[in-house]
Amino acid sequence: MSAPLLSVRDLSVAFRQGDETHVVVDRVSFTLERGQALALVGESGSGKSVTAQSIVKLLPYPAASHPSGEVLFKGRDVLKMTDASLREMRGAGVTMVFQEPMTSLNPLHTIERQVGEIIALHGGRAASSRDRVIALLTEVGLADPASRLGAYPHQLSGGQRQRVMIAMALANRPDLFIADEPTTALDVTIQAQILALLKDLQAKLGMALLFITHDLGIVRKIAGDVAVMQKGRIVEAGKTAEVFDNPQHPYTKMLLAAEPKGEAPARDATAKPILEAKDVRVWFPIRHGFMRRTIGHVKAVDGVSLTVREGQTVGVVGESGSGKTTLGLAILRLIRSQGTIAYCGRGLSGLTVKQMRPLRRDMQIVFQDPYGSLSPRLSVAEIVEEGLIAQKTRLNAAERREAVAKALADTGVDPASMDRYPHEFSGGQRQRVAIARAMALDPKFVVLDEPTSALDMSVQAQIVDLLRDLQKRRALAYLFISHDLKVVRALASEIVVMRHGAVVESGPAHELFAAPKSEYTRALFAAAFAMEAEASDVVSQ
Amino acid sequence: MTLAPPQHTHGWLRLSPMNRRRLDNFRRNRRGLWSFWIFLALFVVSLGAEFVANDRPLIASYKGELLFPVLVDYPEEKFGGFEARTDYRDPTIAGEIEAHGWMIWPPIRFANSTTKLDPPTPFPSPPTWLLSEKQCRAAIVAHARGDAKAIPPGGGSCRDLEPEWLGTDADGHDVVARLIYGFRISVLFGFILAGVSSAIGIAAGAVQGYFGGWLDLTMQRLIEVWSSLPHLYILIILSAILTPGFLVLLTILLLFSWVNLVYLVRAEFLRARNFEYVNAARALGLSNAKIIVKHVLPNAMVATLTFLPFIVNSSISTLTSLDFLGLGMPPGSPSLGELLLEGKSNLSAPWLGLSAFAVIALMLSLLIFVGEAVRDAFDPRKTFT
Repeated sequence: MSAPLLSVRDLSVAFRQGDETHVVVDRVSFTLERGQALALVGESGSGKSVTAQSIVKLLPYPAASHPSGEVLFKGRDVLKMTDASLREMRGAGVTMVFQEPMTSLNPLHTIERQVGEIIALHGGRAASSRDRVIALLTEVGLADPASRLGAYPHQLSGGQRQRVMIAMALANRPDLFIADEPTTALDVTIQAQILALLKDLQAKLGMALLFITHDLGIVRKIAGDVAVMQKGRIVEAGKTAEVFDNPQHPYTKMLLAAEPKGEAPARDATAKPILEAKDVRVWFPIRHGFMRRTIGHVKAVDGVSLTVREGQTVGVVGESGSGKTTLGLAILRLIRSQGTIAYCGRGLSGLTVKQMRPLRRDMQIVFQDPYGSLSPRLSVAEIVEEGLIAQKTRLNAAERREAVAKALADTGVDPASMDRYPHEFSGGQRQRVAIARAMALDPKFVVLDEPTSALDMSVQAQIVDLLRDLQKRRALAYLFISHDLKVVRALASEIVVMRHGAVVESGPAHELFAAPKSEYTRALFAAAFAMEAEASDVVSQ
Repeated sequence: MTLAPPQHTHGWLRLSPMNRRRLDNFRRNRRGLWSFWIFLALFVVSLGAEFVANDRPLIASYKGELLFPVLVDYPEEKFGGFEARTDYRDPTIAGEIEAHGWMIWPPIRFANSTTKLDPPTPFPSPPTWLLSEKQCRAAIVAHARGDAKAIPPGGGSCRDLEPEWLGTDADGHDVVARLIYGFRISVLFGFILAGVSSAIGIAAGAVQGYFGGWLDLTMQRLIEVWSSLPHLYILIILSAILTPGFLVLLTILLLFSWVNLVYLVRAEFLRARNFEYVNAARALGLSNAKIIVKHVLPNAMVATLTFLPFIVNSSISTLTSLDFLGLGMPPGSPSLGELLLEGKSNLSAPWLGLSAFAVIALMLSLLIFVGEAVRDAFDPRKTFT
């Protein structure tokens, strides 16, 4: 039996920071054969990306070092290669696609030039003919490639850019293709398309695929083998089907169990409506010319109506750019909008900022990014008590501290840590603090703007449980904004599907999930739950 | 049951971890730290200039009565004279007091405006250590005013002369005393000007950046027009109309210097006003003023604090150059710029220009070193690694 294409043995990676050395990858071993697909799975900080980057020796040396191990690619140790042979290997033998399609392409060069460059680099100028570039772009399924050659990256969507990146990676028919979370930054529908494309290409070209992801659903879809990483070590490895059906390590079990579960509260059309929005519009004027005449509008939100009832959740789903977040901000009157919004039957539209202020107590929001939504300069106690001070609750300092402690305890944060600063907390805990900040005011209505999107899978499930628990105890009305349909299913009793600012479809959650009426909703669900790309053209590329 | 942990009382200085790291970064910069301590020492000494260089004794005892001439104006008739204000340097008065008690003098027995009596040479007279023995002897004789007992045996030498470390200027004022008083007035002027103009600049930038829109646009245009006025000419015209003094100069310079920080603060506010935690604060119902002060301003403070030492420096040099041009403080003020000007007009007296230059250079360098250290300490790349 010949040696495997890629064999990683006892690989360790350490980073030096000041006087300290942190080992981020600890004696990792795996092999990958030609034509096989291996998925490295783990949560953020588990060292999976660093492992992948050390295979092509892309880490910031000398800050990074390898205390032990070897990476054998076609029998040669990559870690001992000279710079020249490394360059020869990268881009030809091994290629890599990164997570962020927005920054992976040079914004100053056309697509043709960027794809042509990589061909020329390894195959000579003659090989990089226009036909070859078109052939590659066709291969990765870019629609109408001939007319796209002169396009710059900003003229393409995220999915199209990722296709171009893949075309560049495939240009020299690599033996090993490393994909580092290539779909994480993309919408579910696009993600399904890219995954289908990668699987298809891998089978056709017979290359080895190393796929790095935190999403177990993707692993099941794309990889024959899986290696689960935790804190820099591979804790379990094997055939994907076997590992998934019969996980041995507790961490794998936890990951597999981490999908948001549970039933949303039953729909109750007779519950008291907390918030009613009718025909909400947010139009941004497009101005043109010297006199800045308004020549049209960007319709971020265009005539959306919904009712959120006590103890119920309305889920707003849609791809990025569909106006979900804008709708949430408009309903809280944090941005200007037209249409009527009523809170407990009281119209909000005519209210001034001052008149709005007492109502803020009842209407709260939790943002997506727990890193950006907490001021780094304030301690957790100061962050949570801020609303109590602003709302002129007649509490003295000691009572406020007690209220803060209670809100933190309610959301599962140890009240003893209330004098610490946000950076001392993990992402999940930070999100709990952000929820505590909203809950401290004892609101009746909360807008949850993708509260789980920035979190690891296992933490997502915990946050979903927490939110549902809070809702049950306090009869809260939620407006839950998310692109993640699994999370929405676990929380919402009513769904609004948005696209390009308008409502595509809405109705009770169980009906909608069981039998989506519109083509778009169907494609969205297929992509989210089965990671299948719809053949039809209802979704954009 | 209480859930909240007891609140720690952190004393008067409660630093967030980020600020503590900045302080550590600052301390690690040896040059900046030393400059800071040296500057602080010089500044504190110069704040008490009256106790370091003065033409009145600190404490005197006269006929059993304890007097504090540095703090209290005693009429001369108390000591047998007839003027309203006692000249303790007058040999007659000094002899009278010494005969009936004692005097403790500050280290330098001149204030900035004290005119030296009986100089060894015509003004500007050189430092005592540059005088020839003959000049010294002549000065001692002149000082004795015919009183043979006052002349030491053998005619005396330069050691018996009252020491003048850096000589006198063209008006007979002691240069060391002038430097001490001049340092104080320059630094105070710089601090006040920088402080007030930063406060105005930050407020203007904050309002523009936070509210944006038409307000921002209008103020931007006004500031552009305002800052393109020729400052120096306006200064010259105004100082012809108004009598220049500390406050008048401060006000005139303030008219133009507040613009410096506006752009910086405005840009920081434009960036920070859309931060999620600012939005969260809005959703909590905080008033705009509170959001600005508590959430947005701290972001702008980093940039501002980084700039502040350099603004202090430029304020000091503006004052110095105005004094040098003769447009600054009124004649007789202990300004460093005027001393430079005297040095220029009396090239034969190099101790004037050289000492003024040395003090200005030292002061500005120390401030720049401190400023550099502050800037590095606030550098986010250092803070977050």
